[in-house]
Amino acid sequence: MTRKLVVIGAGMASGRVLEHLAEAAPDAFDITLFNAEPRGNYNRIMLSPVLSGEKSYAEIVTHDDAWYAARGIETRFGEHVTKIDRARRVVVTAKGETGYDRLLIATGSAPFIIPVQGRELAGVVTYRDLDDTDAMIAAAKPGAKAVVVGGGLLGLEAAAGLAMRGMEVTVIHLMGHLMERQLDPAAGYLLQKALEAKGIRIHCKGATKAILGHDRVEAVLLEDGTTYGADLVVMAVGIRPETRLATDAGLEVGRGITVNDALVTSDPAILAVGECVEHDRQLFGLVAPLYDQAKVVAATLLGQEAAFRPVQTATKLKVTGCDLFSAGDFAEGEGREDIVFRDPARGIYKRLVIRDDRLIGTVMYGDTADGAWFFGLIKDGTDIAPMRETLIFGPAHQGGATPDPMAAVAALPPEAEICGCNGVCKGKIVAAVQGGAVTLDAVRAETKASSSCGTCTGLVERVMAATLGDAFAVPAKQGMCKCTDLSHEEVRRLIKAQGLKSIPAVMQELGWSTAGGCHSCRPALNYYLIADWPLEYRDDRQSRFVNERNHANIQKDGTYSVVPRMWGGVTTPTELRAIADAADKYGVPMVKVTGGQRIDLLGVKKEDLPAMWADLNAAGMVSGHAYSKGLRTVKTCVGSEFCRFGTQDSTGLGIRLEKLLWGSWTPHKVKLGVSGCPRNCAEATVKDVGIVCVDSGFQISVAGAAGMEVKETEFLAATPSVDEACEITAAFIQLYREQARYLDRPYRWVAKVGLDRVKAQVVEDRANRAALCARFELSQSVYRKDPWAEHAKPEERPMWAALADLSLEAAE
Amino acid sequence: MNWIDIGALDDIPVQGARLVKTALGCVAVFRSADDAVFALDDRCPHKGGPLSEGIVHGTHVTCPLHNWVFDLNTGLAQGADEGGVATHPVRVQGGRVLLDAARLQRRSAA
Ligand SMILES: Cc1cc2nc3c(=O)[nH]c(=O)nc-3n(C[C@H](O)[C@H](O)[C@H](O)COP(=O)(O)OP(=O)(O)OC[C@H]3O[C@@H](n4cnc5c(N)ncnc54)[C@H](O)[C@@H]3O)c2cc1C
Ligand code: SF4
Ligand code: FES
Repeated sequence: MTRKLVVIGAGMASGRVLEHLAEAAPDAFDITLFNAEPRGNYNRIMLSPVLSGEKSYAEIVTHDDAWYAARGIETRFGEHVTKIDRARRVVVTAKGETGYDRLLIATGSAPFIIPVQGRELAGVVTYRDLDDTDAMIAAAKPGAKAVVVGGGLLGLEAAAGLAMRGMEVTVIHLMGHLMERQLDPAAGYLLQKALEAKGIRIHCKGATKAILGHDRVEAVLLEDGTTYGADLVVMAVGIRPETRLATDAGLEVGRGITVNDALVTSDPAILAVGECVEHDRQLFGLVAPLYDQAKVVAATLLGQEAAFRPVQTATKLKVTGCDLFSAGDFAEGEGREDIVFRDPARGIYKRLVIRDDRLIGTVMYGDTADGAWFFGLIKDGTDIAPMRETLIFGPAHQGGATPDPMAAVAALPPEAEICGCNGVCKGKIVAAVQGGAVTLDAVRAETKASSSCGTCTGLVERVMAATLGDAFAVPAKQGMCKCTDLSHEEVRRLIKAQGLKSIPAVMQELGWSTAGGCHSCRPALNYYLIADWPLEYRDDRQSRFVNERNHANIQKDGTYSVVPRMWGGVTTPTELRAIADAADKYGVPMVKVTGGQRIDLLGVKKEDLPAMWADLNAAGMVSGHAYSKGLRTVKTCVGSEFCRFGTQDSTGLGIRLEKLLWGSWTPHKVKLGVSGCPRNCAEATVKDVGIVCVDSGFQISVAGAAGMEVKETEFLAATPSVDEACEITAAFIQLYREQARYLDRPYRWVAKVGLDRVKAQVVEDRANRAALCARFELSQSVYRKDPWAEHAKPEERPMWAALADLSLEAAE
Repeated sequence: MNWIDIGALDDIPVQGARLVKTALGCVAVFRSADDAVFALDDRCPHKGGPLSEGIVHGTHVTCPLHNWVFDLNTGLAQGADEGGVATHPVRVQGGRVLLDAARLQRRSAA
């Protein structure tokens, strides 16, 4: 007879146990699964992206109804187990009793609520499950105020999510710096700065005295007398193991339910797993050790020998833009030495703690790419004496090899841990890839790497890339439009791989489901073909949006706006006269100065466009491409030529860059700025590429934004040479042209691929940079020309007017 | 029927359109990838976008202003959007495009 297994709690730990059982011995048990939450298992750690709106609940469900049904697991969701009767081997719920042969307690933990006055008011929530998350989302009206009590991992993720939803957020933290258990003060400071830059107020050394309000929360009062207004209070001060059932049943319970190495409690018929257990006087609050426990539980249940051995865990924070990593022991102490690296300009801090020539702890902020490697050294107790001098620079700098974008990953030993949540090492991923798992999804399915918190996805992809070479492209989730299931990335790769050089060829060979595509794929394909085959492919005007097809911006009344290029924002009296004449001649209703330092002629009739362009051409002006997904403007300040603060000729550099880049087509529009000194009059640091001149040369930063989103640029490179500044800029643009998906601005693309990867290819690898520049130049040999001149030719002009005018005949 | 020669087929770009002005507003004459022609009022019922400037795909056109999609055969908006534009008989003969202006004229005479 099959034995009966009852599981209390459908969380991440028991979910993993069920997976192992279903795989190893699907028929060993009749399984009944109780869960207090009215739903099955989901990826709890991804609640933060749900809170911030970056993911939906559906995306984080790990086991849906069909999964349980297919494995014959009886689910009793929304049913709270209230009692375990060990003598009769039954569990009790409001609906009755259920008998068991083996019982697994997997009740997780409960959020800790500090016992202050007002804690029961409406509007006070904890952060543990989907209901909490939904309650926060419901309360998160833009402009409303939230106070988060607790500046640990959970509190900060909640704060960031609420801030992304437009709330005014204050974090109150008892200790002197944030995440004090995972970070040292220096890293805590950088984290605080980054969060403050997101508009989150941080109050450290703040003890909550009371929560104020009548029917619902209104404010939070601190011991020091400060009060913060609050429409929502999130308690995130800690968790404690959910042990009530076990205590009542008379099981041995310390801080958690006591288990032995086989995860068996003091009753041999009962096992426990997850955050509710205490093993060897240790509690667990991250999924990695829980997954190890789950393996052991499954083995124990199946009568196999297995022992749980906790390994060290590393911490990452899932807040977009806050890159931190910590592992091991980094408290100061006798006989310990630190190696510290700081780059204040880039907000980078790395600290290694060494004892007896072994690395015992690390804290990193701002650049955590080498985290896995350091973590490996800690776990293996590697003797680091031979590489001590260069240790802090990471694996790429060991053994004197030239830095190479892939080197960091390539240098990792097979045992290096890549996915912390699931304890997957590099070797396992490489083996899976060599065994045919060539997409991220396949690797996930096979190894579970990157399937939990997702922060290691980039690393996993790097390992895949290092293993597969060029054959690897970032995998896709959905088709680029309804005409195909292939993603943008796949289409791009196939265009290259199969040498497809026209839109019909792409649609034919890649099996488009529609005859002529649609308004969403056609412009994308046209761009990809232009970018990939600059010499062979001819631009298809009919696949372009109206503005690019007509080289002018359509207005809501069907007229157009005309913006001639003003190199670096510099013009001349002659040009201004020609613009004024054109405005008069074509009855332009509005002449406006744009934000990009040029002049916009608004309200021009389509049929007048070619003649107006011809007039402007005659005065030496060309199209400003104010309508294109291409280079728009290079905004400059007057720089050293006129300004008393200027350090370099920013205007001259801007003009040079504009002459270098104009006419190029890009996945989305590109705007540059060049400022003559850090006073930054050209607002360069919110552009796609921004250059700030300093005494020692040029600081190039990229991936800024000042539209629907506002984002400061990130540092790419510094150089004393104006030539190199131009080269780096062109190489960056070319990489963007080659890699970004259509309609992603540079900041989105950089966020996807990672600035480090961009830096490696554009800045560090000089040969690669030169190759990028050469490819850009090749493309520019075709596209660095004025489209206006083309269309203003006499033989082209009739096409811009009506085909026929029947208004006279019709009136007869 | 009152067929009027409005121009050569080759004057209309493949997967594009040209305008015909009438006293009752503009008519867009489309040419599909396989050289079929269609004539529709040029004003999108949504906010008046010029359909002649839309991307032509198959026998559909997408309005350039807010991406409503219209069937060139019927003039009806597709999908969730409701509305449509008038269509006019049009044909190709010996490389010339002929538009039936009867309705356009009748309406103006009235
Ligand atoms: C917002 C958030 C972010 C996190 N981020 C990370 C991260 O980045 N990395 C990381 O490693 N960890 C993270 N964690 C921690 C991680 O989610 C937990 O360690 C993990 O979920 C614990 O698994 P578990 O199975 O022990 O408990 P849970 O997943 O909490 O599952 C326990 C389940 O038991 C149910 N239950 C409890 N009592 C009963 C009862 N009497 N009867 C029936 N059912 C009951 C509960 O309703 C719950 O569904 C995060 C946690 C949260 C809340
Ligand atoms: S020229 Fe430019 S200002 Fe003078 S200050 Fe500029 S940025 Fe510095
Ligand atoms: S005007 Fe046509 S879709 Fe809006």
